[in-house]
Amino acid sequence: MLSPEKCIGCRTCEIVCSFNKIKAFNPKNARVSVLMYDEAAISVPMMCMQCEDPSCMKVCPTGAIAKRADGMVAIEEKRCIGCKLCVSACPLGNITFSPTEKKVVKCDLCNGEPKCAEFCPSGAIEFKEAAPSTIRRKKVIAERFKELFGEVSE
Amino acid sequence: MIGWTGCILRVNLSEGTIKKEALARSDARLYLGGRGLGTKIMMDEVDPRVDPLSPENKLIFMTGPLTGTMAASPGRYMVIAKAPLTGTIGCANSGGHFGPELKFAGYDGIIFEGKADQPVYLWIDDDKVELRPAGHLWGKNVFETTDKLLEETREDARVACIGPAGEKGVLFATVMNDKNRAAGRTGMGAVMGAKNLKAVVVRGSKSVEVADPEKFLEVCTEARRKLKAHPVTGEGLPTYGTGVLVNILNQMGALPTRNWRDGGIFEHAENISGEALVEKYLIRNKGCFGCSIGCGRLTKIPEGKFKSFGEGPEYEAEWSYGAACGVGDLAAICQANFICNELGLDPITMGATIACAMEMYEKGILSKEEVGRELNFGDAEAIVELTRMTGMRDGFGDQLALGSYRLAEKWGHSELSMSVKKQEMPAYDARGVQGMGLSYATSNRGGCHVRGYMTSVEVLGIPEKLDPLVTDEKAGWLKIFQDLTAVFDSAGICLFTSFALGLPDLAGMLRAAVGWGCTDEEILRIGERIWNLERLFNIRAGFTKADDTLPPRLLEEPLPSGPARGKVNQLEVMLKEYYVVRGWNEDGVPTEEKMAELSLR
Repeated sequence: MLSPEKCIGCRTCEIVCSFNKIKAFNPKNARVSVLMYDEAAISVPMMCMQCEDPSCMKVCPTGAIAKRADGMVAIEEKRCIGCKLCVSACPLGNITFSPTEKKVVKCDLCNGEPKCAEFCPSGAIEFKEAAPSTIRRKKVIAERFKELFGEVSE
Repeated sequence: MIGWTGCILRVNLSEGTIKKEALARSDARLYLGGRGLGTKIMMDEVDPRVDPLSPENKLIFMTGPLTGTMAASPGRYMVIAKAPLTGTIGCANSGGHFGPELKFAGYDGIIFEGKADQPVYLWIDDDKVELRPAGHLWGKNVFETTDKLLEETREDARVACIGPAGEKGVLFATVMNDKNRAAGRTGMGAVMGAKNLKAVVVRGSKSVEVADPEKFLEVCTEARRKLKAHPVTGEGLPTYGTGVLVNILNQMGALPTRNWRDGGIFEHAENISGEALVEKYLIRNKGCFGCSIGCGRLTKIPEGKFKSFGEGPEYEAEWSYGAACGVGDLAAICQANFICNELGLDPITMGATIACAMEMYEKGILSKEEVGRELNFGDAEAIVELTRMTGMRDGFGDQLALGSYRLAEKWGHSELSMSVKKQEMPAYDARGVQGMGLSYATSNRGGCHVRGYMTSVEVLGIPEKLDPLVTDEKAGWLKIFQDLTAVFDSAGICLFTSFALGLPDLAGMLRAAVGWGCTDEEILRIGERIWNLERLFNIRAGFTKADDTLPPRLLEEPLPSGPARGKVNQLEVMLKEYYVVRGWNEDGVPTEEKMAELSLR
């Protein structure tokens, strides 16, 4: 679960993610990235949202992407031919081709123990089911954007 | 190499040449990186007597072996040159994301030499490095410059640049990166401007590796746990930012008020505190790269004549513009601080220089005609207006641009400058916190709190509590703080982690990162080596024991009120002891034995 209003933009998630995957520090290899909007005073951590109806899965020509019973959208490496259609298809841009690893990568929830959530210092990334209180948080974000766009149109 | 990237860029601006050089392993072993390695290069390649603003001075950007890893708060890089404000070795430390990006591009640092004919900027895109014309950016402020450069390079790049202050040679101009982070003190921005170098833009896609990934993960996880659990790094700094100190120092009677003239209790302290900032203007916290503390402040003044938006202010700026200028209006302090970021100015020296001018005005040394306005203590509009005028060197701002010492000296009253080695002291009255006086007097870059933060042990009780009003034990403690700080800086992690982390934590991270089998003591010895090297640079630049002093006000005028009432700073007692503890002779010069012991001979 993501709470952008708590994010301090430190990108700790990016470095611990890359370290967990390639045993080295490289934000360009992370499965999570933080987008910063200075003017709106907001930072948004972005990663695979494990969609209910995944576009990546639909376009994959070899059937390498599947929605598992536990909810995770998984890439079966053996079947992947590296065509990158899924990279184009993801509406959120959350699948990338890793030049270091020479393969298509996305968040795999670290086998149920996501490092980004473990190390996030501000609680912006948590690994749990979304609760009803999310509505209140969404309002906070919406207010920020309203302020930003309000100022732009002034 | 592991930890380090092993490559340093050498850019000759006069010739327009760019070379990639191997990092000298033996130097990295002795000086680590950042501040240490930068100073070593300065010592080897630059005559310490050089004019800081001449092409013969060099400007070095340097990261440390922990920069860009998951170590505690690993976002730091340093800018090193001979300093125009002080004439000492200059080194200013900054966070944000620029330093790590430089390492991801494959470089530990950059050495700039000479001077470009025309304004240029350096564009580093992994292996591709080029100098590009920057005439179209000259005159633009930090935000405009950064936006424009991201537009013409890549949006995922990082920018370090100067604003108009650096271009115009303001002696306390900063190098700004990621818009709002500053390599702030001693005037590194002026050196950059004198070289016609407007900016460094970097984008990297490579990896930073460590020697023992499993061990590194273990020690960093533990370090981060300690940072979370500590009251300062886990609660005070995240909640209130560095401004949490305003009320604490005020209660101690050590918050220097009205150019240090009116003692250490400011009647409006509460209004300018970190607590007030949170209550009134804070939008959210901001963290530098990989930082779990997040002391940065995103701040907005929504309305009124000081309506503005930006980052900060920090404790030091809340004090320099606030208590030091007698201003209790937090909105004005915020805006003045934002202008410092925009134009590239050090808010400590800026605020303290205005405070000095205010006292000169009230004493009748400066006239209304000279200043162009009235300039009494407490004038909120003046701090904003004079900051802008200084950054642009307009009107009276042209005199302020030289800092308080040169200003006061010009009018025959250098005693009114609250500076050491011509750099303004920060926000701790050394009459109420004795050890801070010794720290200021002996700091290798002039009046400064982050070379040996005795406040930690004298005020906050970390790692233990000493009586701030006595001189006992201060010299020994200061040596440890100074040496340890040099290691934190040179390793590439934030000094603020040292509230919760000690030498064993830092040494553990370093050993796992670079694969050394050395002891904690050997790592602390690196810090002592760096400290002595900086001292040697300053001695060769012409500094002597006589410069290890404090403004007469701190030595002669007792504090009028508060817990330290009646106290002056007893520097002489501590300084004598300090030279002995340091293994220096009675003139403050490192002995042959000391230099041999530290492999400086």
